[in-house]
Amino acid sequence: MSVIAMSAIRAEGFIPPGPADFNLPPLGHTKDTAPTFDFMGYAFFAGVTKPMLQLALSAILVFVFFYYASRKRALVPGKLQYIGEAGYGMVRNSIVRDNVGSEHFMRFVPFLVSLFFFILVNNYFGLFPGIQFPTASRAGVAYALALIAWLVYNSVGVQKHGFFGYLKHQTLPSGIKGPVLLLLIPLEFFSNIVVRPVTLALRLLANMFAGHILLMLFALGGEHLLTMGGAYIGAGLMSFVMFMLICVLEMLVMFLQAYVFVLLTAMYIGGALADEH
Amino acid sequence: MQTEVIRAAGGEPNFLFPHPVEFVLAVIFFVTLVVLMKKFVVPAFEQAYAERTAAIEGGLAAAETKQAEADAKLAALDQQLSEARHEAARIREEAREQGATIIAELREQAQAEATRIVDAGKAQIEAERQQAVISLRAEVGSLATGLAGRIVGESLDDEARSSRVVERFLAELEGAN
Repeated sequence: MSVIAMSAIRAEGFIPPGPADFNLPPLGHTKDTAPTFDFMGYAFFAGVTKPMLQLALSAILVFVFFYYASRKRALVPGKLQYIGEAGYGMVRNSIVRDNVGSEHFMRFVPFLVSLFFFILVNNYFGLFPGIQFPTASRAGVAYALALIAWLVYNSVGVQKHGFFGYLKHQTLPSGIKGPVLLLLIPLEFFSNIVVRPVTLALRLLANMFAGHILLMLFALGGEHLLTMGGAYIGAGLMSFVMFMLICVLEMLVMFLQAYVFVLLTAMYIGGALADEH
Repeated sequence: MQTEVIRAAGGEPNFLFPHPVEFVLAVIFFVTLVVLMKKFVVPAFEQAYAERTAAIEGGLAAAETKQAEADAKLAALDQQLSEARHEAARIREEAREQGATIIAELREQAQAEATRIVDAGKAQIEAERQQAVISLRAEVGSLATGLAGRIVGESLDDEARSSRVVERFLAELEGAN
């Protein structure tokens, strides 16, 4: 935030926040002093960035919480165990079991429970005071999670049906014959194999990106209006009120995006494992 | 500190283009999390679930046994109660029958007694009547003889004759009646 604030103060007029504000320099550096490296024609910052620390922190937080919540294994759970079980049970039962099917859903519970809480914590980092940066607004994070989901659902499908069996399973709608298949098979391949990971990644990325940029806009815009003084003070205060309202909205969006990501992954796994369409 | 900052020639990356290190770290941290969750958390929760299910099922089974026992006891008590009711009804019926028999017997006895008393009375009356008739007959005979002797002045001391006369007279008297 300090970088963003600096750039706003440094500017003559108001500079609205943009995609560049998400490209945080490594810790201990500003954008001007940070070392970079070339990758695919772009200059990336070298060093430990804030999202990297957040990724590690989220994994630690999720594991430590669930480790202590599950450690006692009490028949009558205490508060911590109750909360842990409620969260675990929600993903296990209403997302995984209902979509993968009660036969072999337990195989995917560790993956999908981890996925849900990993995304959830990383999303809520966007509102957490002192952190205030949604990790999944970084393309690398969203792409990595979507790629893992894609690998998982395709590999379990291939494991079950064989490679060509799985391709047939995903691209050949049952009960359809004739030349229309020439149109349908590429379309089904495109939608089930190619588009799914892209939409998974972009849905999460764009939601977190847009939510954060909106919050930055109202925070920085409010600040700018207040510093202008006079009649602008009222508008600045309104901007802060909007900021708070959008925070509430973001709380919902952050949960929903984690939920939708895991729900869709579970549905894709269920579809890949299904016997018939 | 680095004295010379290495700056790459490329431009500012498009936000849709992933930072390769962040991508790799996301994969590493997430996969590590999955492994840890699979090893420590999921088995613990599943064990707690299984134990809880077993405890609840055990409790339910115990409750079912108790319920079955209570049902059996209730059925036995019902059976006993209905048996007792039947017994009571049977005893009442028997008592009624016995009472009726006793009353009938008593009535019969009383009837017989009454008949006997009446018969005895009748016999006594008959005997007394006979006695009266005999005594009257003797008395009436002597009175009539005496009276007739006095009236006719004829001695009727002859026993045989007077007796015949009296008999005839009485026969006439009886025939007149």
